[in-house]
Amino acid sequence: MKTRVIHWFKFASPQNFYGLAGRMWPWFAALAGVLALVGLWISFFVAPTDAQQGEGYRIIFVHVPASQMSMFIYLVMAGWAGFGLAFNTRLSGMMASALAPTGALFAFLSLVTGALWGKPMWGAWWVWDARLTSELILLFLYLGFLALQASIDDPRRADKACAVLALVGVVNVPIIYFSVKWWNTLHQGASVSLTRAPSMATTMLWGMLIMVVAFWMYAIAVALVRVRNIILERERHTEWVKHALE
Amino acid sequence: MRAAGWPSVFMAVVRREVAVGMKQKSEVLTPLFFFVIVASLFPLGVGPESALLLRMAPGVLWVGALLAAMLSLQRLFATDYADGSLEQFALSPAPLTLLVLAKVFAHFLLSGLPLVLIAPVLGLQFGLDARALGVLTLSLLLGTPTLSLIGGIGAALTLGVRGAGVLLSLLILPLYIPVLIFGAGAVEADAAGMGAGGHLSLLAALLMLSAFFAPLATTTALRISLE
Repeated sequence: MKTRVIHWFKFASPQNFYGLAGRMWPWFAALAGVLALVGLWISFFVAPTDAQQGEGYRIIFVHVPASQMSMFIYLVMAGWAGFGLAFNTRLSGMMASALAPTGALFAFLSLVTGALWGKPMWGAWWVWDARLTSELILLFLYLGFLALQASIDDPRRADKACAVLALVGVVNVPIIYFSVKWWNTLHQGASVSLTRAPSMATTMLWGMLIMVVAFWMYAIAVALVRVRNIILERERHTEWVKHALE
Repeated sequence: MRAAGWPSVFMAVVRREVAVGMKQKSEVLTPLFFFVIVASLFPLGVGPESALLLRMAPGVLWVGALLAAMLSLQRLFATDYADGSLEQFALSPAPLTLLVLAKVFAHFLLSGLPLVLIAPVLGLQFGLDARALGVLTLSLLLGTPTLSLIGGIGAALTLGVRGAGVLLSLLILPLYIPVLIFGAGAVEADAAGMGAGGHLSLLAALLMLSAFFAPLATTTALRISLE
C-alpha cells in the first residue's frame, strides 16, 4: 500500500515559509478589508438601534471581536511557543513574536473601546469588573512578553525565553481569571452585570460575526507580514535573502 | 563514584545560601526596611483616619510584602551566573531542579520569612486586632513561598539581560495577582465574618501548584540562559 507522505515540516524552514506567507497574506488582507467594510456597514446602518442602550451600543461590533482576538492570540502564541520549545524549530519562535504585538494591540483596543462604551452606559470610564481587570492583566502579560523579547539580543535565546514566559502565562491566565472573579464578587455587589447576555437581533449577531471573521483575517495577514520581516531580518546573512530582495 | 544523596545536596545549597545571606546582612535587611517604609507611607498618603487604615491594612501590607519579596529576586541566580558556579551545578550529577528548589527555599527563608515575622507589628500600626493579625501572618506564611517560587522563573528568564530589575517586575507582578487577591482576601473575608478558610486553602493550593510547576519552568529558563 502506498502511503502519501506530506512534508509538513517543509514549511518549518523560514526560507520556504517566507514564500508561502508572501503568497498568502494578500488574500487574508483583502478578505479582512472586504469583511470589515461589510461588517461596519451592517453595524452602522443595518443593525437596529438598541432599545436600552440607544446608538452607543454599536461599539460592541469592535469591542467584542477585539477582546476575543486578544485572548485567542495569546493561546495561539503560547501554542507556537510550546511547539518551538518541543521541536526546536526556529519559525515557531518567529511566529510567536510576530503575533505578540497584534495581541497586545487587540487587548489595548478592547480596553479602550470598553472604557468608551462604559462611560455612557454605566457612567464610569472604568469599573473594576472581573472581565475588565483580567483583560488589563492580559495586556500586562503581553507587555512582559514584548519587553523580554526586546531586551535579549540573541534572537534564539529571546525566542526560547519568551516561549517559557508565554507558557507560564497561559497556565496562569485561568487562575488569574478566576481569582479576579472571586475577588470581584467578594468586593462589590451586583452593581454592574456584564455576564447577562442581552438578547440580540439577528442582524446585530450577523454584524458581530462578520466583524469577528474580519478581525481574524486581519490578525493572520498582519502576523504573516510581520513574520516575513522577522525572517528577512534574522536570515539577512544568507544567500537566499540577498536573492529575494533583488 | 556515587553522587551525594539529593537531600544532602539540597541542605548543602540551602546552608550555603543562608550563610552567604547572613554575611551580607544588607541583602536581608534592605527588603525588610523597604517593607516597613512602604507600609508607613500609606498612612502618610491617605491620612490617619483609623477606620480607613483598618480597611486598607490587608491590601497595603500584602502589596508591600509582594514588592519587598521581589526586590531581592534579581540576585537569586545572578551572582552564581556571574562567577560560573551555576554552570558547574548544571554539569554536576545532581539535577538542576534541585538547585532551583534549594535556592528558592533559601530565598523564602531570607526574604519571605522576615516579612512574615514583621508583618504583625506593622498590622498593629494599622489597628488590626489579634485575630486579624493571626490570619494575616498565616496568609503571608502560605503566600510568600509561592512568591519566591514564581519569582524564580522571572529571575531565571532575566539572567544576564539588560535592565533585568525592571523587566523582572514587569514579568512577575501580573503572575503575583492571584496570591495577592487570596492573601489580602483572607484577612478581609475573616473580618467580614465569612471565615478565612477558603482563601487560605486556595493559597495553599497555589503553593502546591507552583511548588510542582515553577521549578520545572525555572530549570528550563536557566538552561536557556546558560546556552
